[in-house]
Amino acid sequence: MNAILVAAGIACALTTALSVLLLVAERVLVNYGQCRIDVNEGEKTVEVKGGGTLLGSLKSNGVYLASACGGRGTCAYCKCQIHDGGGPVGPTEQPLLTQDEINRNVRISCQVKVRADMKIHVPEDLLAVKQYAARTERIRDLTHDIKELRFALTEPGTIKFKAGRYVQLEAPAYGDNPEPVQRAYSISSVPSETDHVELIVRLVPGGICTTYVFEHLKEGDDVTFTGPFGEFEINESDKPMVWIAGGSGMAPFWSMVRHLKEVGNSRPVKYFFGAVQRRDLFFLEELRALAKELDWFEYYPALSAAAEEDNWDGDVGLITEVVDTYVEQGTDAEGYLCGSPGMCDAACKVLHAKGITTDRIFFDKFA
Amino acid sequence: MTDMMTILAQTTDTAEALRQTDPSMMTQMVLILLAAAFTENILLTRFLGMCPFLAVSRNLRSATGMGLAVVFVTTGTVFLNSLLYYKVLVPIQAAGVPIPAESLKLILFIVIIAAFVQFMEMLIERISLKLYVALGIFLPLITVNCAILGASLFMVNKDLTNAESLVYGFGAGLGWCIAIILMAGIREKLKKAKIPAGLEGPGITLIITGIMALTFIIFQGMIQT
Repeated sequence: MNAILVAAGIACALTTALSVLLLVAERVLVNYGQCRIDVNEGEKTVEVKGGGTLLGSLKSNGVYLASACGGRGTCAYCKCQIHDGGGPVGPTEQPLLTQDEINRNVRISCQVKVRADMKIHVPEDLLAVKQYAARTERIRDLTHDIKELRFALTEPGTIKFKAGRYVQLEAPAYGDNPEPVQRAYSISSVPSETDHVELIVRLVPGGICTTYVFEHLKEGDDVTFTGPFGEFEINESDKPMVWIAGGSGMAPFWSMVRHLKEVGNSRPVKYFFGAVQRRDLFFLEELRALAKELDWFEYYPALSAAAEEDNWDGDVGLITEVVDTYVEQGTDAEGYLCGSPGMCDAACKVLHAKGITTDRIFFDKFA
Repeated sequence: MTDMMTILAQTTDTAEALRQTDPSMMTQMVLILLAAAFTENILLTRFLGMCPFLAVSRNLRSATGMGLAVVFVTTGTVFLNSLLYYKVLVPIQAAGVPIPAESLKLILFIVIIAAFVQFMEMLIERISLKLYVALGIFLPLITVNCAILGASLFMVNKDLTNAESLVYGFGAGLGWCIAIILMAGIREKLKKAKIPAGLEGPGITLIITGIMALTFIIFQGMIQT
């Protein structure tokens, strides 16, 4: 009996001692201190406690790499490039990477521990949204109720975005508006112009931000906005595109058409723009010139209620009717819509009728 | 576990015989090393550590990693267990405390092995990432490799001193490492061979292991006792 107790005591004592030793060792050995992760050449820097996986460390700092397996190293969705501080490629990563990927420093981020300062590269889109300070460089009237704003970025000095993204412009407290509010506006400038951002803002009667833009904002004023946000973009395929917009829904397409021109696009695009009268149309000459210049681009402005003095010789009627006329039945095109919910829903219906299914229609609906 | 016990009982006590012939210290160490690695190859004459041997011998690269990890862990744990047994358990028993050192060692050796592997995994990761990448994933697997525990238990059976057990542990691990590397080499060649469907995989591997074990019998006469 005594022997059993002593034996159990010795076993327990040894186990406890070793456990304590391991815990202390973990504290000392697995403590890598604070590590700095430099994401995309300084676009974002995060300070993390070393010892965790790269995937988890990034996640807790707002950089969300895709992961389907939950960090078990099987799905290989969380790939990213580690240019410095990643250590050698581990045996659990090897089967998931091609030789070409290994040469390009691609790693499986859930299998890489943060042990030192790192320099990594993730897809641009994943980088969290930033806050930008900018100076209002130009405000011009496009129509009686639509203005174009041009901002020169001051801090940070450049922005990266895809055509179709939007930013949230902040209206500071003014007059009856007690606190700052943010409103979303699509970027209308081209992505290649990285030091400027242009927005197209339509006056919403009683709207806090649009009233600020129309009545208070002056050239030379400082503004702040956050972005880029959104998922509206040109889908990667070679299918023809049908663009439908109204009012300030022009913004993403004005950016896209010039972006496509810059990158040497050849996908056919039919752009339908709906307005009430001639005075609601803007960029008319520019877009018509583009349509003449680019063989893949067709522009169809349409007025729903042209006034006598407009002398309008273009298409008339609701934009959906014009779309119905010019888009052939059973087309394999993709639909891109930007405008009020009412317009988008109506446009959706006519596109469905033409045989364009929901999975081929992309929206930027705004209220 | 029972088969291990029978093996333990049959173990030829080479070390004891060596000590009686009293060669110089150095020669004795070399003989212990050779005996552990070849004449008493822990895998091919004792058939311990078969699971990782069958599982990880498909290609030379991982077999080498596994083999080196086993060398490293047996060397360390046999020495630590030897210290624990001769410097702690035996003195306690000698002091009149009624502990069953013989049966207690089985539990304590496993605890030591587990803790050693855990500790080494952390330490290697800290010291050399290259080494960690080469051995890292094999280390946790080794905790349950019965060759490791077997080596420690043989060490007690053979009545080795602390210094001798260090050499013995290294030799036992080396023997296991040589065996798995040989097997991986053969299996890489086997990929091109036509093997009857029923014998593919573990079947042919076990047969080859048997043939390899037969060839290792030639080492038996190497060390005259």
